[in-house]
Amino acid sequence: MNYYAGVDSGSWTTKAAVIDGEGHVLGTAVTRSGADLTAAAERAYEMVLANSGRTRADIEAVWSTGFGRNTIPFADGSRTELDCHGRGVAHYIKGPLVVVDIGGQDAKVIRLDAAGHRLSHRMNRKCAAGTGSFLDEIALRLGIDIGDLNALGRGATENLELSSFCTVFAGTELLTLIRSGKRPADLAMAAYRSLVKRIVAMDVLEGRIAPTGGVVAYHPIMVELIGAACRGEVVVPPHPQEIGAFGAALAALAACETQDIADTSDTAELVQP
Amino acid sequence: MSELTSTTALRATMDAYYRSLADAALRKTAPVAWCTSVGPAELLRALGFAVHFPENHAAIMGAARTANRYLPLAHAQGYSQDICSYLTSDIGAYLAGESPLEAYGLERAPAPDVLVFNTNQCRDVRDWFEWYGRELGVPVLGLHSPRAIDDVTESDIDAVTMQLEALVAPLEQVAGTRLDDARLRAAMRASRDTAGLWGACLETASARPAPLTFFDGSVHMGPAVVLRGSDDAPAYYRTLLAELEQRVENRVGAVPAETLRLYWDGMPVWGRLRALSTMFAEFRTAVVASTYCNSWAFSGLDPAEPWRSVARALLELFIARSEAPKERYIARMVEFYDVDGVIFHDCRTCSNNSNTRYGMPGRITERLGIPTLVLDGDVNDLRCFSDEQARTNIEGFVEQLTDARAATSARGSR
Repeated sequence: MNYYAGVDSGSWTTKAAVIDGEGHVLGTAVTRSGADLTAAAERAYEMVLANSGRTRADIEAVWSTGFGRNTIPFADGSRTELDCHGRGVAHYIKGPLVVVDIGGQDAKVIRLDAAGHRLSHRMNRKCAAGTGSFLDEIALRLGIDIGDLNALGRGATENLELSSFCTVFAGTELLTLIRSGKRPADLAMAAYRSLVKRIVAMDVLEGRIAPTGGVVAYHPIMVELIGAACRGEVVVPPHPQEIGAFGAALAALAACETQDIADTSDTAELVQP
Repeated sequence: MSELTSTTALRATMDAYYRSLADAALRKTAPVAWCTSVGPAELLRALGFAVHFPENHAAIMGAARTANRYLPLAHAQGYSQDICSYLTSDIGAYLAGESPLEAYGLERAPAPDVLVFNTNQCRDVRDWFEWYGRELGVPVLGLHSPRAIDDVTESDIDAVTMQLEALVAPLEQVAGTRLDDARLRAAMRASRDTAGLWGACLETASARPAPLTFFDGSVHMGPAVVLRGSDDAPAYYRTLLAELEQRVENRVGAVPAETLRLYWDGMPVWGRLRALSTMFAEFRTAVVASTYCNSWAFSGLDPAEPWRSVARALLELFIARSEAPKERYIARMVEFYDVDGVIFHDCRTCSNNSNTRYGMPGRITERLGIPTLVLDGDVNDLRCFSDEQARTNIEGFVEQLTDARAATSARGSR
């Protein structure tokens, strides 16, 4: 049996996945990216090999994706995160669909056709509003751990609005609301709603919508809010945070299969590299 | 990527232009007029002015990546970060007492005797020139062209023709000479030839592989912008055209192993021109044509009818038109150059050159069935451009187009 790996080098976290030749996930791993993306990729790869009970010698090919995809020396190839998120989601969910990936420092909307081919993509402008960094800033202002923000938001009773577009100014606005006696639970929920407003403004979200990324994995409240704000069916794929790494592993598998055909076919010129 | 050998002639042509400008400013060999890039340059040349184009001046700062040094100085004067970064870098450089033309002995942009704008492209050019008018006590004249035009009508042409004719008397006064009809017709002939030859150069990119890209064009368009009305421009474009035709004949592409072809709408990102050119080449993708470079391939300039034909040419420009003719234009370009996709540069500080803000990319995709990509950036302010985000956007677009082609090919081979 051959095995394939993918490493998604994100700005905030590095994810890795190992799959078998049929696309089944054997293991995943997540680690902080920090300043040294190459070291984080090595760490994530070692972690995922341990989690999946494999060694480097078992892996036929490793492909990289994400912000740091070109900084991973052991990668055999790379695809953008636009490709890998789409590829990963399309493996589980039938198209046409709209993938909404909310990462630590950017957000993307990726449209796929019925066959899972990419039709278009949009990325957030050069600004942290509409990304996980916004929630980090809010948690910091509320003086809580980011991991507790979702549970806090669940206790909201008042429908508050954060009006600022800017992450930093939203933090200042939050302080004003705290001073005026507003409850932290209502402020946490206001932050989630603000984030969703930015996301739904990126593209028309309708039909089958698949949210992915770390924000979705750790803040399930976001899935509910996206569902409430859109006209469509919201379906979260398995392991939404590692879906890009999974997509990169699928790309590695596809490249090896194409290579096999190219090596054996009489009509190799018909196969696109 | 091999550089065009005509680049040597280009450098000599531009060098001679900047020297003559410096001579006019420093040794008073001619009166100096500043003109917007699609203003009445032929009239100014016919009156004997040395013509300086502040947009060209600002583009040099953008390409040299010095613009960001000057922008804060203009912002501090109350000129917003959201308005034209050509304007703010140019005024900032003036306030710093610097100029990219220092090599020609100019410590600042050449001191003007008159400033002449045309609002066919935007209002910012007027505000830009009026700042200098106040600062230097120099007359500011202009054409107040209509904008967002559907079809150019005779009454539009009448209005601009009358304004052009009204410029003559005050310009004659500054120049200290009368307008000579023969000189005006000669300037018109030179402009007509420049526009025709430049257009022919750009059209060679319809060949596969394309002998030049948008990035080459952004550099080689220099004479078409700053030497309108001068015989130096057609002389240069004859040289360039010959080289491009030779490339076509020999099937030499600007991008090695050209695989994909794209159209670029919007301004260049001057500070990343080479980086983007290299990146697209790495992806075996040729950006074969652009709205921007084509904007100086004016049509219909006629020496026998100088006033009305200039008025018509300046009104028919892409930037002066409404969404419907702009979309028709891009549709013609997509077909002529046979491109796989269209990139729209959303230039943060130039709404007039950003055709992304009223839904056009989506309409183009729907109408032509061609993928589009919106790239965030700016013409001069590099703080508005993210290298990493741009790379992911472009690489992702190339992946999308390549996969679509492979899928089509696979279907066809079944």
